[in-house]
Parts: sequence; C-alpha cells; structure tokens
Amino acid sequence: MSKYYVNKFLYTVDRDPDLLQRYKVDPANLVASWEQAIGPQLNGVERSTVNSFTPEERNALIRHDYVTLFEMGAHFFLSLTIFIALYDKDWTEKFGPLSFQRKFATDLAHWRGRDYPSVALFAQTDDRRIPTKMA
Amino acid sequence: MATLSAVLATTHHPFYYATTNAPPSAQIPQAAEWKRKVEAYRETLTRAQPDILVMIGADHFHQFYLDNYPTFLIGKAPRYDATFYNEEREFGIPKYVLEGNVELSDFMHQGLMDRGFDFSFSHELKIDHSIICPIITTRPDADLPIVPIYTNIFVPPLPSPKRFWDLGRAIREVIDAFPSDKRIAAVGSGHLSLELGGPRQFGETGPDPEFDRMAIELLSSGDIEAILEKVTHETMAKSGNATHGFMDLVLMLGIAGPIKADYVDYLDLFHTMEAYLTWYPNGENS
Repeated sequence: MSKYYVNKFLYTVDRDPDLLQRYKVDPANLVASWEQAIGPQLNGVERSTVNSFTPEERNALIRHDYVTLFEMGAHFFLSLTIFIALYDKDWTEKFGPLSFQRKFATDLAHWRGRDYPSVALFAQTDDRRIPTKMA
Repeated sequence: MATLSAVLATTHHPFYYATTNAPPSAQIPQAAEWKRKVEAYRETLTRAQPDILVMIGADHFHQFYLDNYPTFLIGKAPRYDATFYNEEREFGIPKYVLEGNVELSDFMHQGLMDRGFDFSFSHELKIDHSIICPIITTRPDADLPIVPIYTNIFVPPLPSPKRFWDLGRAIREVIDAFPSDKRIAAVGSGHLSLELGGPRQFGETGPDPEFDRMAIELLSSGDIEAILEKVTHETMAKSGNATHGFMDLVLMLGIAGPIKADYVDYLDLFHTMEAYLTWYPNGENS
C-alpha cells in the first residue's frame, strides 16, 4: 500500500489543468500514463523507483472513488479539492450550488461519530510505533 | 526597537472574495453582513498603521508536498507571488505579488533559531490562500511588505498546541527586539472547527459550533491555560478533521500574550464559523 503515492497522484493531477481534464474524461488511461510518466518523477531530471499502487489503490483512483480513498487514509484536502474540480461545475448546473460537496459528505455518512481512518503516513497502532526507549 | 502595533487572528475563508464580488443576485444571504464585518475588522489593522506584516499561515499542498513538508518555515525572499492555479480555479482568488522584507526575515529566522526553533526556509516562496485571504480581508491593497511564516497544521505528526503557543511567544520576542523604528503587525489565519473531505463537510454550520463558541471565548479572554487543557490533537479531530488549523490562532495569541482581545467578532456561516480577533499588546495608540 502506498498512501504516499495515492496522495502524489491527487497532488500532481489537481495542480495541472491538462492532467485534470484527462482524469475527468478517461481516468483509466490517465492513471496508466501517470504511473508511467509522472509518478516516478522525483524532480525534472531524477526518477524514483520505490513507489507503486496496489490494485485497490489503482482501482479507487480509476473509479473516482472518494469513499474508498477516504477509507484508505488519502489526504482529505487533496481528495476534496480534486473531486470538486471534477464534479462541482456539472453538479451545480444540475442540482444547485454545493450539491456535489453535500453528496460527497452523504456518501461518507457511515463515518459520522467514528474515528476516521488516519491521513498520517506513519504506522498508527501503538505496537508499531517506534519505541521511545530501546529495549 | 520596532513596535508591535497589532496582532490579528482570523479564520481564512477562501470563498470570501468570490462571494462578495459576485453579482447581488448570485450572493448568499449573509454576503452583505459578511462584507460589513470584514470591513470593520480591516479597520482594526488600518488603525494600527503598520509598516510591515508578519503573516502566519499554512501551505495547503500548493508549493510543498509530502516529499518535503516543512513543520515550520519562513520566507526570506524580497518578493512573493501569490495564488496557485488550483486556488484560482476553485476559489476565484486573483493573483498578487507581495513585497518581502529580507531584513526582518533574516532577523526573525536567526532570532527563532536562537530561541530553539530550527526553521526551514525558502528563498522562492509562492504564497497560498492561508496568507492571501487575510490580505484580501484586512489589507486588500496588498501594499505592505510581508514576512511569511508557515506552520504544519495539516499532515501528522503535528506539533502540539503548546508548541504553537511557544512559537508565538518567540516570534513576539523577536519582533520586540528588531532594531528598527518600523511598526509591525502580525496577522495570522487558521480555522475554528472545520471538516474537509469528510462526512461533516459543508453543513448548515461548522461541524462543531460548541467548539467554535468555546474557542472564541478562550482566545478572547487570552486564557492559554484553559486552551492547552481543553484543546488537544484528539479533541480537535473530534470537532472536525481539519480543525487543527485552530493552532495557528493559538500561535497568534502567543504573539499577543495571555491578554484579553481588544476586538472580537464572529459570523456563523454555512460550513464554518468565522472569527475575527485583534489585540493591541502595546495599547491602541502605541
């Protein structure tokens, strides 16, 4: 699992109008070409070899599945921003202002009153934390 | 020595600009009241006659990402662009260019290092809406040089609320020690209870109006002991998944000190409560 890489996808696509449009109209193609060309970029020159998606992560991105992304602990700001970019305009025209944002919330209603999946990238459970005193 | 002429702690609502610049027929019902409150708040900064603004905010994954995300960062550039493509797209915020003040940035950086805060720093920093929103609301001419400071309120592990308070106290000491006859105002933005990308987002009110009332009351009275007792990372998460931006308001109280605010206003909007606080730590006519 690479929460980091999922966030990297959301971050790099949201900030680029061309990628965003491609993600809207043909998500499977965009995700595939992102994994080839953009994901591995460390900067304009260097490439990184250490990250990849799990099949579940790839599918969630292809399906625009913000519920699964939330449950995987993708960062809430990146997820909200990119799906607003993809859906807000169309939904506003059809159903009025903020209708998409409210549907997004309703789709996550089963998380009300519960601890949300963490957006932290370090292990959260106590037994996996780095001990403060070495045994 | 420089004079700290005002400290402002404000929420930053990225839709203020678009809301109040929309044609009246397209405005939300509270738009006129919102504008009135913001303009009254703006007057609290104008009255302080600042020469330089120390601005506190947080980068929302605009320039910085998880390959290198700073906990505390200071801008050290002579000039700053502002507003990213995706902020223009989503919020309708215009682009700005703000002057910097390298002398105060350098002095602040060294002063904070001397006080135990080992800052990251940037000589090419583009400012995001956490700083440009308060410019729009409190200094819309954008005519003053700024020293931008970013904090991490966004990606765990976050510094503790106490650390934000302590950083505010350190920033205050450095401003007070700056060898200059300039008048400096500190303007910082954050949130009250806030939910983004979760089930409580975009409700009729903020996700936790009770937290909001308590937070405004405790900030207004300068009661840092109660804040540190009641507000933890865990309690903030229960009030909304993005509530941790409240810690930047705690930082601003740290700059002001544990004193009552001289100006307090708020506005209950859909999705969030707005808060506008100003302190004149050296007196209103300093």
